[in-house]
Amino acid sequence: MRYLENVTSLEFFSDKCTGCGRCVEVCPHAVFIMNTRKAALRDKDMCMECGACTRNCAFGAITVNAGVGCAAALINGIIAGSEPSCGCGDTSNACC
Amino acid sequence: MSKTREDMKNVSCCGTQYKEISDNSLCCPKQEVPEIGFVPSIVSRVSAEWTWRDYLGQIRCRVSSFRNSYAVRPGLYAVGNPDRESDIFVSANYKISFDVLRRALKGINAWILVLDTKGINVWCAAGKGTFGTDELIKRIGESHLEKIVIHRRIIVPQLGAPGVSAHIVQQKTGFRISYGPVDAQDIRQYVEAGHKATEKMRRINFSMWDRLVLTPMEVIPALKGYAIYATLIFFIMGLKPSGIIFKDGLANGLPFFILGFLAVLSGALITPLLLPFIPFRSFAIKGWLVGSMVILIAIKYISPAMPVAAFSLLFFPLASSYIALQFTGSTTFTSMSGVKKEIRFAMPVYISAAFISIVLLVFFKLNQWGVL
Repeated sequence: MRYLENVTSLEFFSDKCTGCGRCVEVCPHAVFIMNTRKAALRDKDMCMECGACTRNCAFGAITVNAGVGCAAALINGIIAGSEPSCGCGDTSNACC
Repeated sequence: MSKTREDMKNVSCCGTQYKEISDNSLCCPKQEVPEIGFVPSIVSRVSAEWTWRDYLGQIRCRVSSFRNSYAVRPGLYAVGNPDRESDIFVSANYKISFDVLRRALKGINAWILVLDTKGINVWCAAGKGTFGTDELIKRIGESHLEKIVIHRRIIVPQLGAPGVSAHIVQQKTGFRISYGPVDAQDIRQYVEAGHKATEKMRRINFSMWDRLVLTPMEVIPALKGYAIYATLIFFIMGLKPSGIIFKDGLANGLPFFILGFLAVLSGALITPLLLPFIPFRSFAIKGWLVGSMVILIAIKYISPAMPVAAFSLLFFPLASSYIALQFTGSTTFTSMSGVKKEIRFAMPVYISAAFISIVLLVFFKLNQWGVL
């Protein structure tokens, strides 16, 4: 299944990549691929902006505006004039 | 917040009292037989088997807000008879996340390190950052993992990666993160392959079954909106210059009740189920298409008066579209930028259509009263 084309905020800076392979490991949509010495974008439009690659890139070679792809969260955010929030887990229902 | 939650706080393990809850082993898994073999007494031992309660709990989570309070106590657990060499698997304290992991570990001796994610599943909590770098570092320290095992590797579910910086965890704790497979069912194969996931194990799927189990929580909230809508329609349809006529409210409202219900089903059930088979990428358009088809067919059978038909063809497909757009929050592949784009073009359409629909209803009523 694919979503809208040419919308993702994902950017990859090949010059900073050391080829550690973490991005390939964490991406659930195989957006990255390992070439001989470095990672490369394989299918950018599959990106769902979860942010796993950015957070696990120790070399700052990847940027993405990560967030929830959820209409209710975005509409709530617009109405409240705040960051998008899906409301789940924000209340203190911590167990212990 | 809710009453149930407050009740839970009193009887569950929350706070310092580790009592067992009568109807469920929710927050506190029973502290079974401490000090067997190597397992230290501070660690709870859990079974890899599911009881009927675990199945029931999962079903309740799929259909109600019960899921907001289905949590286990964070900390270290033992499955089987783990020792100093055994693997450590990290999970969230949403009980289903924990249950799915322990079931997948059947026949494996392992440690489970449960993070405090406020009762939210791994992927959602990672997105929020509660399944995150700081919490993981803190739990590794508090559980004294460095004394419990001699190796320095820890297995974090791949879907936890949006919240965790593996390199920072390694810097701060010495433990090197291996990201495990997306699906817990692949864990055995992953372990046997020497902690290596195949490309297939790294991918998230979204099968028709995956989508089906999500639909009750699309349909039920939508039905709450439907109840308000049906009440309004009842009063509007029953409204006469002389007062509100109960019989008219039901009789004239009937087509609206049926068509409204069909719009809910189109957006909350049919669109999610048939997602990949409906043309266009946009959820708003998918929902509108399905809604239009369903409403067109229904109108053929109901054959309502002309103004009602006009209202129906405008209003209900867009209601279906709006409901279908909400499903973006439950999918495994929609991005924030994409959903923002959808909202930018869809919201003005919804708002104008709602306005025109109200005007049409007013005309319909005035016509009915013979004013026009």
